[in-house]
Amino acid sequence: MESKVAYDNDLNLKATELRLGLPGTDDREEQALFSARNNKRPLPDTSKECGSKKNSDAQHVDNETAPPAKAQIVGWPPIRSYRKNNLQPKKSDQAEAAGIYLKVSMDGAPYLRKIDLGIYKGYPELLKALESMFKFTIGEYSEREGYKGSEYAPTYEDKDGDWMLVGDVPWDMFMSSCKRLRIMKGSEARGLGCGV
Amino acid sequence: MDPERKKVVEHVAVSTFPDEVLERVLVQLKSHKDRSSVSLVCHSWYDAERFSRTHVFIANCYSVTPEIVSRRFPNIRSVSLKGKPRFSDFNLVPPNWGANIRSWLVMFAAKYPFLEELRLKRMTVTDESLEFLALSFPNFKALSLLSCDGFSTDGLAAIATHCKNLAELDIQENDLNDKSGSWLSCFPENFSSLEVLNFANLSNDVNFEALERLVSRCKSLKVLKVNRNITLEQLPRLLIRAPLLTELGTGSFLQEHPACQYSELENAFNKCMNLNTLSGLSEVTALSLPALYPACANLTFMNLSCAALQSGELAKLLVHCPCLRRLWVLDTVEDKGLEAVGSNCPLLEELRVFPTDPFDEDTFHGVTESGFIAVSYGCRRLSYVLYFCRQMTNAAVATIVQNCPDFTHFRLCIMNPWQPDYQTNEPMDEAFCAVVKSCTKLQRLAVSGLLTDLTFEYIGKYAKNLETLSVAFAGSSDWGMQCVLGGCPKLRKLEIRDCPFGNAALLSGLDKYESMRSLWMSDCKVTMNGCRVLAKEMPRLNVEVIKVDGSNESQADKVYVYRSVAGPRTDAPPFVLTL
Repeated sequence: MESKVAYDNDLNLKATELRLGLPGTDDREEQALFSARNNKRPLPDTSKECGSKKNSDAQHVDNETAPPAKAQIVGWPPIRSYRKNNLQPKKSDQAEAAGIYLKVSMDGAPYLRKIDLGIYKGYPELLKALESMFKFTIGEYSEREGYKGSEYAPTYEDKDGDWMLVGDVPWDMFMSSCKRLRIMKGSEARGLGCGV
Repeated sequence: MDPERKKVVEHVAVSTFPDEVLERVLVQLKSHKDRSSVSLVCHSWYDAERFSRTHVFIANCYSVTPEIVSRRFPNIRSVSLKGKPRFSDFNLVPPNWGANIRSWLVMFAAKYPFLEELRLKRMTVTDESLEFLALSFPNFKALSLLSCDGFSTDGLAAIATHCKNLAELDIQENDLNDKSGSWLSCFPENFSSLEVLNFANLSNDVNFEALERLVSRCKSLKVLKVNRNITLEQLPRLLIRAPLLTELGTGSFLQEHPACQYSELENAFNKCMNLNTLSGLSEVTALSLPALYPACANLTFMNLSCAALQSGELAKLLVHCPCLRRLWVLDTVEDKGLEAVGSNCPLLEELRVFPTDPFDEDTFHGVTESGFIAVSYGCRRLSYVLYFCRQMTNAAVATIVQNCPDFTHFRLCIMNPWQPDYQTNEPMDEAFCAVVKSCTKLQRLAVSGLLTDLTFEYIGKYAKNLETLSVAFAGSSDWGMQCVLGGCPKLRKLEIRDCPFGNAALLSGLDKYESMRSLWMSDCKVTMNGCRVLAKEMPRLNVEVIKVDGSNESQADKVYVYRSVAGPRTDAPPFVLTL
């Protein structure tokens, strides 16, 4: 990083010289390339119009060792827009938001756990995570019979305060309506319809 | 060729082959390069060739007019057209620049009423044009739009409604107005000719039942690439109705319900005996990925560039893909994933690694030079690479090209501009020296990192087969560009941005530009005067300057130079100055 900063300064000493007046009014060859095109260099400001004042800011910032928040250079890296559009939604789903932290209780366990629902992409991942967190096995889900083959059933409390079986509604709907999770055990679980 | 010799050749040609026979022979020629050569032999071969040609490929829509094309080739059934300069893909060309298909369609309707195929890249296509197309050509069979703009799903609806013989609808990577998915429902209930359907990049829901019925009816469907909205539960219902499928785009591969649908999916994939190409998988997880394994045995091309796979997941998948020749991945697979590529894909010829966080310089994710090296040790047949990374060394590249000297396409993108070799802090000149020295078959090169004029000296000296060169944030002076223009005998496309090349460099290529398809220079040091000199000296070139708002009057912000028999553009917008 530092060497890069040093190199930048070497190359651009003249071009980033503080000047008044519009770029190109004097020495057009040297001046125009870099001072008029600050948006092409890694700078904190995103504006495309560049007067000489911003040059001095840039100079100052470049001298620091920590990289400043970078403005995007137009069209760089050379990736087509449809690809950028494909990737962005993922990023905002995850760490950007505060995370959807929910309490998870397990019948018979001494204390509760918390999970971030936002990191899971669907039911299979969530259930696997719960199994590993509490060291138990969830049975196989079927619409008719709920979770068969184990004495546990994953349930959740929804917005209306009702206890629902995990897995009945589409994942997105579940994510937005789930308030807390409870892994029910034994006879209570069986009462939810897993035929044993 | 002097007149006496020419006469002899003509005489021999005419007496040996009657025209009809010659045409019958020439009709077998498919390659447009071969056809170009044939047409230069003599007049009668020129004529025979032009009557027998059914497909025309126009690499720059402004290099020729529709009239000239239709005069020379009266029997065209299939047209491929490219429009805007490639850097328009990265927003370097302002909107409404041109390359509108309209005038071509008008000519086609008049001269080629039996037109069957139209493949467009980087053209502007409006809904009116699509409707005009749908209504004007009763035999129309194939429409492919790649990186185009100007239309909406209404235009697609017109195509679906009116093209009774449509076999191919391929809508890729376009900047379109995606209003709704209802276009798919416009295919008539008795329509059954579709063989290729690619709507992977459209974002609105299509009616799934309509899609299911469509797939059922189209018994010859070979290529199906659905969009992200199609779920894991819906996919098997399509697969079982398309037994002849060779290319599949899976949609999101997202499982909506925990009910185990894997068995249905695995069964469906078990029956996909003919799949050679797989893509999509945008929401795939480690749990759903194994369902794919049965279908991977014959895969030659896998496009995972929308699937954020981790290294372990990729490694497990690749074990099932022994025949892979082309692989596209995201850099979430990291170096470890690329090691798995090296271990499992000995037949690999093409690798593309795309970045997940291209604008986030501070992440330490992604791939480094180690991954690339690992691939080069395992995949000796590698000939095409596109590699986005944040660090590279000269030594690494030297090793890579020593392992894989057969590169024809070497596109390395070190994402931070002006970045030196991170171990030695030297420029990356020696890396590209190694590339051009070792890879004698190199046709396409994209350079990056900190580069001095030395890189371009090497390129000019050694890259004898180079046809396309892309340069950004590189070079020290005019000399660099002069070296390239003075060397590289086969250079056809040169695209440059943000380099310190000025008028001297631009004008050093006077003798070269007519043998090239085009030159693009943006944000370099070229001035309007330099461009005017070029335009004056070379009247058969179109020298166009795109002026950007607020820039200096004398600077030539973006310069686009190309050879043309059409003369200057008649449809140029105000910001494009033809000199």
